[in-house]
Amino acid sequence: MVRLIAILVGLGFVGVAAWSLLWGAIAYVSEPHEETAEHRFHLYPKKVSFASDGPLGHFDRQQLQRGFQVYKEVCAACHGLNLVAFRNLADLGYTEAEVKAIAAQWQIEVPSINEQTGEPATRKAIPADKFPNPYANEVAARAANNNAMPPDLSLITKARHDGPAYTYSLLTGYRDAATYRNEKGEALPAENRPGQGLYFNPYFPNLNLAMPPPITADGQVTYADGTPATRDQMAKDVSAFLTWTAEPFLENRNRTGWAVLVFLLIATVLSYMSYRNIWAGYKH
Amino acid sequence: MSFPWAKQYEPKHPLMQWFDQRLPLPRLVFNSVGPGYVVPRNLNYFWNFAVLAGFMLVEQIVTGIILAMHYAPAGDIAFQSVEHIMRDVNQGWMMRYLHANGASFFFIVTYIHIFRGLYYGSYKAPRELVWMLGVVILLLMMATAFMGYVLPWGQMSFWGAKVITGLFGAIPLVGEPIQTWLLGGFAPDNAALNRFFSLHFVLPFVIAGVVILHIWALHIPGSSNPTGVDIKTPQDTVPFHPFYTAKDGFGLFLFLIFFCAVTFFLPNYLGHADNYIPANPLATPAHIVPEWYFWPFYAILRAFTVDFILSAKLWGVLAMFAAILLLFFLPWIDRSPVRSGNYRPRFKQFFWILVLDVLVLGYVGGKPAEEPYVMISQLATIYYFAHFLIILPIVSKFEKTLPLPNSIAESVLHGEKKESAPYGIQAGGNAQAVPAE
Ligand code: HEC
Ligand code: HEM
Repeated sequence: MVRLIAILVGLGFVGVAAWSLLWGAIAYVSEPHEETAEHRFHLYPKKVSFASDGPLGHFDRQQLQRGFQVYKEVCAACHGLNLVAFRNLADLGYTEAEVKAIAAQWQIEVPSINEQTGEPATRKAIPADKFPNPYANEVAARAANNNAMPPDLSLITKARHDGPAYTYSLLTGYRDAATYRNEKGEALPAENRPGQGLYFNPYFPNLNLAMPPPITADGQVTYADGTPATRDQMAKDVSAFLTWTAEPFLENRNRTGWAVLVFLLIATVLSYMSYRNIWAGYKH
Repeated sequence: MSFPWAKQYEPKHPLMQWFDQRLPLPRLVFNSVGPGYVVPRNLNYFWNFAVLAGFMLVEQIVTGIILAMHYAPAGDIAFQSVEHIMRDVNQGWMMRYLHANGASFFFIVTYIHIFRGLYYGSYKAPRELVWMLGVVILLLMMATAFMGYVLPWGQMSFWGAKVITGLFGAIPLVGEPIQTWLLGGFAPDNAALNRFFSLHFVLPFVIAGVVILHIWALHIPGSSNPTGVDIKTPQDTVPFHPFYTAKDGFGLFLFLIFFCAVTFFLPNYLGHADNYIPANPLATPAHIVPEWYFWPFYAILRAFTVDFILSAKLWGVLAMFAAILLLFFLPWIDRSPVRSGNYRPRFKQFFWILVLDVLVLGYVGGKPAEEPYVMISQLATIYYFAHFLIILPIVSKFEKTLPLPNSIAESVLHGEKKESAPYGIQAGGNAQAVPAE
């Protein structure tokens, strides 16, 4: 009885699924399936390596400081970092006094109140503050950016697939839509050309984004450590910095991981020996 | 049932005797996972996965309780509070990565455990209730994991919750009121987040309760084994402790190497990048996908694309639930008296097709709903239902099975009358009560 019902129910689901398949297949062969422009022109992130890659990954503190400098001088005008506090910069190798100075000199002040009147006011940042948002609110942010919202960058390298390489590719990936050819030599169709206030970038999923190319010229920042500030170098450094903002505990994680693995390896060998020992002489 | 040759608990220390007479808890442990539980001697490594699943449940509860000490279930701060755990709580990142990856590995070991049962016919009499309680555990795990994934309140959390509760909207007439009632509003918000947290906290303890029933029911007939032949004589068995505690200990550490390697070195590999974007009801992600362990069922849900009497959506929902619920009836669908797939040549072939089929379903379930993935998911869905509901009843009726060994001991010893160390003598050499042969 159960089997009979099972077969009937089974035939039901199989039949309806097959019916869907039939219509799907008819549509598949009869309708032209053109590849979308996103399919043809979108590029996966470039191959690029960072010190933080892989199980042996660590941070290159000099690079993080350079990347922070790029963030401060370029990106901070539009992007916040609201999960990171100034005090966290100590991780990059800045001294306490340097951190204090960075906070106090930050171009954007922190919302506060006037001690006497209680009126809204702003004050200089202190190390305990998170990086202040460049815009008072979303409306202000959109108004200043052609109705697009510059996302907070604290987690950006984890919020995009292959994040550090993606950020690097995006920053170095702006192209002229009029002259661009994909690897098959095709030109960008007119309807995919960037509209008013948009910029063509094949690494961005829908090919056009509202961020004007932020890194435009070699030497845009002057690195304190004397590294030549090429566009490529700046893009890489700021991507490394954003890897740190997204996962500041990365080194601790890798170190802990190795300690755990060594422990587990020893425990596995010991438990294997005791298993063999106990079963010695027993066929199984 | 306890086998007559199982060791009896005899507390030696007066304190333990005193305790045992008043509360026979030591006796319970001794008879459940100690020397008092006799187990077939021929279990292979697939029998390790139950212990691994039990371990993962405890691991999820421990890390979960610690997360819950720092997590705040409110729409505007849930995401921040998870990042607070990651950045400011000592070793908080470890607790969260263990918990998030722990859910994945919990499902990995549970799925292997289930396929073990499917292959070796562990669902057959007299273990039907063991199997059915297992399906209950799977359903509870899925509910728990789904609600847990909503808690960090990222983009996938929000949209996943919206899509899945939206499935109830497919029910004619009462669907939408039910969805609103489940969410406590028209879209996921504070009310939904709070109740999901409450349920996510409590369901694991319900699971723990059902696990106890599952093991209780198992210990009546005892464990099955790769031959599927019942235990007959003492030669067929070894005491659980130390034989399987040792083997499970080894299996556990081996498993933890994989679990910890992923957790510490690829902690976000199994997750979706979009969940690091705070939930935004106004921005729909390009592809809404659940966690990987739901992909096979998600593929079945989306395989139904054409209305047929009922709406396509409702068919998808029914099929998705049926895909799991049909497992409850498996003991009566497959009536072959032979349990183990080792002795069922036809069944074995279909079994491996099923494994492949579920992997294909998982693959297409994680892809966008575009061709050719949809057609592949339809084909795979057809096989899934055909396998359980049509092929199994027919195969189990007509299949010619291979001859079974007379006993577990025979299958292990291959005719050797005596083995080097008789039952009951431990490797260390200290003699134990040797039951009469
Ligand atoms: C003039 C303001 C401005 C500056 C300066 C700027 N950005 Fe942006 N950025 C934007 C806007 C606006 C968007 C949103 C684009 C969109 O969604 O179309 C954006 C988006 C992004 C994105 C996300 C792209 C995605 O995948 O959604 C990243 C990453 C990014 N910016 C990085 C940077 C970095 C790094 C810098 C500094 C080198 C920088 N931006 C400087 C305005 C700016
Ligand atoms: C059956 C066992 C469990 C499973 C399968 C499970 C699964 C999950 C999943 C998939 C997440 C989302 C992880 C992420 O992406 O961040 C999560 C989060 C969470 N879980 Fe669990 N969980 C279990 C048990 C528990 C228990 C027992 C508690 C508390 C008593 C708990 C508390 C939490 C909390 C507070 C979060 C949010 C923090 C975060 O997102 O990391 N969980 N759970």
